[in-house]
Amino acid sequence: MIVVKNLSKQFGKVQAVRDVTFTAPDGRITGLLGPNGAGKSTTLRMLCTLLRPDSGDALVDGQSILSDPIAVRRRMGVLSHASGLYPQLTARENIVYFAELHGLDRRTANTKVDELAALLELTEFLDRKTKGFSQGQRLKTALARSLVHSPRNLILDEPTNGLDVMAVRNLRALLHRLRGQGHCILFSSHVMQEVALLCDEVIVIAEGRVAAAGTVEALRAEAGEPTLEDAFVKLIGTAEGLN
Amino acid sequence: MRGILTVFRKEFFENLRDRRILLSALVFGPVIGPLMLTAVLQLSVSMGEATFQKQLVLPVVGAEHAPNLMAMLESQNIKVEPRKLDERQIRDAITSREIKVALLVPADFADRWARSEPAPVQIFVDNSDQFGGEASATRVSRAINAYSRQVSQTRLVLRGVDPISTTAVVIHEIDVSTPMSRAIFALGMLSYLTIFAMLFGGMYLAIDATAGERERGSLESLLTAPMPRTHLIYGKIAATASYMLISMALTLSACAIALQYVRLEEFGMSVSMDAMTTLKLFAVAAPLSLFGAGLLTVVASFTRSFREAQSYLTFAISVPTLPLVFVGLIQLEPTPLVMSTPSLSQHFLMMQILRGEMPGATDLLLSASASLLVGAILCWIAGRLYEREAILG
Repeated sequence: MIVVKNLSKQFGKVQAVRDVTFTAPDGRITGLLGPNGAGKSTTLRMLCTLLRPDSGDALVDGQSILSDPIAVRRRMGVLSHASGLYPQLTARENIVYFAELHGLDRRTANTKVDELAALLELTEFLDRKTKGFSQGQRLKTALARSLVHSPRNLILDEPTNGLDVMAVRNLRALLHRLRGQGHCILFSSHVMQEVALLCDEVIVIAEGRVAAAGTVEALRAEAGEPTLEDAFVKLIGTAEGLN
Repeated sequence: MRGILTVFRKEFFENLRDRRILLSALVFGPVIGPLMLTAVLQLSVSMGEATFQKQLVLPVVGAEHAPNLMAMLESQNIKVEPRKLDERQIRDAITSREIKVALLVPADFADRWARSEPAPVQIFVDNSDQFGGEASATRVSRAINAYSRQVSQTRLVLRGVDPISTTAVVIHEIDVSTPMSRAIFALGMLSYLTIFAMLFGGMYLAIDATAGERERGSLESLLTAPMPRTHLIYGKIAATASYMLISMALTLSACAIALQYVRLEEFGMSVSMDAMTTLKLFAVAAPLSLFGAGLLTVVASFTRSFREAQSYLTFAISVPTLPLVFVGLIQLEPTPLVMSTPSLSQHFLMMQILRGEMPGATDLLLSASASLLVGAILCWIAGRLYEREAILG
């Protein structure tokens, strides 16, 4: 479970995130929805302990991102916006490296990799160098990498960027399965349909603030609009930055 | 500690698969180094040859008239080659470049000698010739002059005159540029090449581990690993340092092998690079690798892309190496300041070892500890740089 309390972050004169508060419970998929530049990535980066908030705090399974960032990282799988792989290593080596960084021994890591490879359907290119991988293959590898230490919480920053329809469908199925296993999943997107299809809870973010929060139905009802897109436009007061 | 080791191992083995990194670490130094070294040594040795008493073959007409003179010439490493030619034939032989220089002893030489009259000899040479005839002629005439002076002084002594009084001014020409000293100077190249190859060997790894990691987009994921960021960077620095050490070891070994083929012994050089010397050279230079790896990592941390890092690091490498090209020209004293300057102190110690001297314990200790200390400070700075948020770019 991720509990976000009054997070704020400023870059120079730009206030990227202002007083953001929300909760992403276990066994639920929570989506951060907002136009480009709304502060979604910055919020997620603070939760991943990549950035330090100016004020506020967040608890991941009760561990504070401020006082014990390493404990937070242990409980969290991260698929960052730029999920680069090491081109000279095979997919397996890429994943095993992260498993070892998380303290797994090589044998456990390899067993875990085989398990994830079957789950994510990457067995066929598992032992190939990642140089020249397709976007879909890269994403599957990166996803396996972020799941290799069996984290309770999963953070995905714009995971469907550049994926084809089949890959998106597969990812969706996987996230549903992880939700079924009781994981807490928090992901960001600016694609309306994706959020509508996938999320149990939606946090609408605009100009660094939480504009609205609730289930898709609740948001539609709140705005009095028939589709999430219309509700979204009404809630944030502009269609700017939308796909 | 385990995290550092994991990062080190991954960087070490991943980069073994990268052709560019492999070329710079394992091929460039070990191949280019010995080539440059032997080229410079050969050049300096053959420059020395012109003034060195290399055997000169001298065609002599009428050698039988002056056996003592011939014996003296032989003693000066001038090989007398008796010929039967007349003056015209000698001229033709020189003009046609068949011979460079020739000596003619007239038939009346012995008679005049016996009467203590000036006994004439003729040296034939084409002074417009570019191929060393003049230098050879000078050498022959110098030898004969010295002989003449020696004999005339003996004659004076026999007549009861002190020969000292015949010498009003005496010129001592002292040639300090022996082939040996020139070769030692050229060997200064070896320490320069070794240190350069070392730093260059780790350059691409330092770039790849920092700017490269950011450019590929793998840095963010890496920084979410549950370990202090400093540990990540220490692992990377350790991998860079190990590539530097490998590159240096290979370069030194290749130079040692190449030196076997340079004719140093002919010129009375005691400089040799046997296995023991090579090991000593490696040992005194090794502490510099931490300094080098730290320096390159710190510089690379400020760069935004692989290309940018490449140009900055090339410059960074020249800072500790370029001065070494010039310090050979000045007399360097092992002051505490020199011995605690990274790169300069290693250069000094390596030169000492190449000359066959054993460096002092204080100097060894000062050089190693100063380089390791500065290296540790650079590692600490690199760690601090990775704690900054700006590292994400």
